[in-house]
Amino acid sequence: MENFTPISAALGGAMIGLSAVWLMASAGRIAGISGILGGALQAPKADKLWRWTFLLGLVLGPLLVGLFKPSTLQVNFPTTGPLLIVAAVLVGIGTQMGNGCTSGHGVCGNARLSMRSLIATLTFMTTGVLTVFIMRALGGL
Amino acid sequence: MKLPLSTFLSGLLFGGGLTVSQMVNPSKVISFLDITGNWDPSLAFVMGGALVVTFIGYRLVLKGKTPLFEDRFRLPTRKDIDVPLIAGAALFGIGWGLAGLCPGPALASVSFAGTNALIFTATMILTIMAYRLMRARS
Repeated sequence: MENFTPISAALGGAMIGLSAVWLMASAGRIAGISGILGGALQAPKADKLWRWTFLLGLVLGPLLVGLFKPSTLQVNFPTTGPLLIVAAVLVGIGTQMGNGCTSGHGVCGNARLSMRSLIATLTFMTTGVLTVFIMRALGGL
Repeated sequence: MKLPLSTFLSGLLFGGGLTVSQMVNPSKVISFLDITGNWDPSLAFVMGGALVVTFIGYRLVLKGKTPLFEDRFRLPTRKDIDVPLIAGAALFGIGWGLAGLCPGPALASVSFAGTNALIFTATMILTIMAYRLMRARS
């Protein structure tokens, strides 16, 4: 537990929560990234501008934080190569099939006390933990 | 222009939160999922902090009749627990555990995290487009 950072984690979490609340207050939308991205990529839809400006903000947000704390932009990828591509495909299919990810189900759905989101969250947490356990046992990661 | 500007601010805050909390760092996410190893529970505090604020904020906001810059609130209405929900969440969790990246942090890290972030995000986007195309045709 040498890297335990509860304060910055909770602060960042509160910022994510504020973002979700502001998106609901201003646009009446759920801040689920896989849903916003999926809708932005789907061709015949009128309501795309708000999605793309949200995604632009999402990409620029880290750079803004990095101006004040450059160390936050130093990240590590334990997984690379073909396994990284397999993971990206699973994340792409899984979030669209299950209608949500850590933000849509994990934050917004659970905050609305949605049973679908609770089941989805418990499911992806469980398979995530099992995957890391198996990869560690196999000597990967 | 009020709607796209307000969603831009929301995105900015979201991306900032992912960075402050280190959700954008795959090794940090993987050590959160590594409960039998050298476990780092930090990311539970990300979801905890986000949930508390969203739970309270949604209750205040949804008392209003409409959002500020739209005609209505668009909330998911489905309540059924079906196979795609569970299978999709399970597949997503496997991918999340393999790479330490979920959609938000993947997108947020494209500007600074180098080739791996770009490869992951591009593959994820192409997969989502292909999946949606196939679903629209079936």
